[in-house]
Amino acid sequence: MRRPLAWPALILGVLGFGILYVPVIVMIIYSFNSSRLVSVWAGFSTKWYGALLQNEQILEALGKSLWVAVSAATISTVFGVLIALAFVRFGNFRFRLALSALASTPLVMPEVVTGLSLLLLFIGMEGLFGWPSGRGIDTIIIAHATFGMCFAAVVVQARLRDFDMSIEEAAADLGARQPYIFFSITLPVIAPAVVAAWLLAFTLSFDDLVIASFVSGPGSSTLPIVIFSKVRLGVTPEINALATIMILLVAASVVTASLIIYHNSRTRRRALEQTAAGDEITVVGQKESQP
Amino acid sequence: MAPFIRIENVTRRFGDVVAVDDLSLDIEKAELFCLLGASGCGKTTLLRMLAGFETVDSGRIEIDGIDMASVPAAARPVNIMFQNYALFPHMSVANNIAYGLRRARMAESEIRTRVEELLRLVRLTGMDDRRPHQLSGGQRQRVALARALARRPKLLLLDEPLAALDKKLREDTQFELVDIQEKLETTFIVVTHDQEEAMTLASRIGVMDAGKLVQVDSPRQLYDRPGNRFIADFLGSVSFLDGIVTGAKDGLLEIDAKIPVLALDPGGFSVGQPVSLAIRPEKINLSRSRGKAANNIPISIVDMAFTGVASNYRVSGPNGIMLKTTQPNQRGEDAPMEWEEQGFASFDPADVVLLQD
Repeated sequence: MRRPLAWPALILGVLGFGILYVPVIVMIIYSFNSSRLVSVWAGFSTKWYGALLQNEQILEALGKSLWVAVSAATISTVFGVLIALAFVRFGNFRFRLALSALASTPLVMPEVVTGLSLLLLFIGMEGLFGWPSGRGIDTIIIAHATFGMCFAAVVVQARLRDFDMSIEEAAADLGARQPYIFFSITLPVIAPAVVAAWLLAFTLSFDDLVIASFVSGPGSSTLPIVIFSKVRLGVTPEINALATIMILLVAASVVTASLIIYHNSRTRRRALEQTAAGDEITVVGQKESQP
Repeated sequence: MAPFIRIENVTRRFGDVVAVDDLSLDIEKAELFCLLGASGCGKTTLLRMLAGFETVDSGRIEIDGIDMASVPAAARPVNIMFQNYALFPHMSVANNIAYGLRRARMAESEIRTRVEELLRLVRLTGMDDRRPHQLSGGQRQRVALARALARRPKLLLLDEPLAALDKKLREDTQFELVDIQEKLETTFIVVTHDQEEAMTLASRIGVMDAGKLVQVDSPRQLYDRPGNRFIADFLGSVSFLDGIVTGAKDGLLEIDAKIPVLALDPGGFSVGQPVSLAIRPEKINLSRSRGKAANNIPISIVDMAFTGVASNYRVSGPNGIMLKTTQPNQRGEDAPMEWEEQGFASFDPADVVLLQD
């Protein structure tokens, strides 16, 4: 039976979610406003979405942002999987704890600090051996990959930790060797976590403004940078339309990622429960088998 | 001729723990051998060394005359059926079975024929496209068996093959496993902690304790003629009495174990020597009047438990001795004996096992 919600809980819930989502909903509604003025409703229209498609600058920035996010997410995922493998599979090597703490600090590091330190690194590297020459798309990708892979590592590690090692041994027993075992057995089994990690890294990169503005150069403005500079000249309904599209894109990938993680952990839990039930029956059978 | 599998003075340590301690064992071709022992006795470690997942600290393992020291797991003529089956969750039943065949670079058409053949063998025809999570526990076990047999190993290792099945299914599967082994004439080594499973499956059982083999014998020998107190106690239920040999005549020993007992003389015992007597519960007969057997002890019943097939009793005799006995549920007109009743426990001198320790 479902318990009726207590009044205080209901009020707090409505208030909490209201603070979170009312501004977003208002923004989405105003993106369909036909008026030029953002705060005056003058009827429904989709003309700002049309105008958006005509805006070269925004389309170009969108293209760059997508390219940066896809590249950064891919690099993040590859390195994230490697980091996760190192921490889960290589036992208790020296400085393991210290290293795993170091690998996850970028998760909580202020973005300003990350952005500034990466900028200093890129300038220093350019001075030392001439690469990267100036800042642009490449440096944004590298910057986004550095924090993206920490997130990816956390997601993949969680899955690898309860990975049943005996299926890799079974593969070895049946004549397979590494790296074939990794690609035919390990990777397909942890694939949902890898996909989730990619989507997470993609989202983080796609909506990052702070780090990108530190390490971007002329001609490499990503979508958030373009939006931010436009907003300084006043919010237009066009920006509302663009923000709506971005929200949908990010929400879709976050929801997909969490659905994958949720579904996966549920099937795994069910499998575990079955094994546990089997064990219990064995124990009972054992007692009965005593003559 | 050299034995098919030769394990010679094999030792394996994990830190301070000696998992397998200077163990030697020969196993013949097409034998169904069972390693029996409590958890932590080293039986799984020995199995993993045979499969090539653990290294050998000292000693050697030979399979079919070839030293396995430098042969990696992937190249050994050995396959293993894991306790939890370790099926590949993302592959269909057919692809699970075909995995090892593809690694052996068999042609796809041959693989298809072989998979069909194996599915027939384990009675899973038509299940090709199922995923492991769509199968019952018993079906998963059979897929694991088919997958392990696919490459026609010279030796198949089975780690607690029936542990994850419920009791009824386990009984059927035991016979099926023996049938398959006899049909294929592959050498099987089964590891188990379940003595009943070991008894039904194996032609020979090796009982392990603390990394050593305590006794290797046929199930009947192990049960009826255990070599020491550990084996007698480990396999099934038993009552122990401690005594001293007081006389010998006509092939029988007279023993004073707080009560006088006659036992068949197995040889090697002399008058005055201390001995342990082990008597199996089903060899003792309870009755209200004196029984026909040579040993008759006046008793009273302390405890009884009805299990359906039989009743288990604990009875006390003179001088504080306690005996366990099982009476089959088939007493004719006699009503079964109840709590506190007085009567006699009788047993044959041939059913008394004498142990040195």
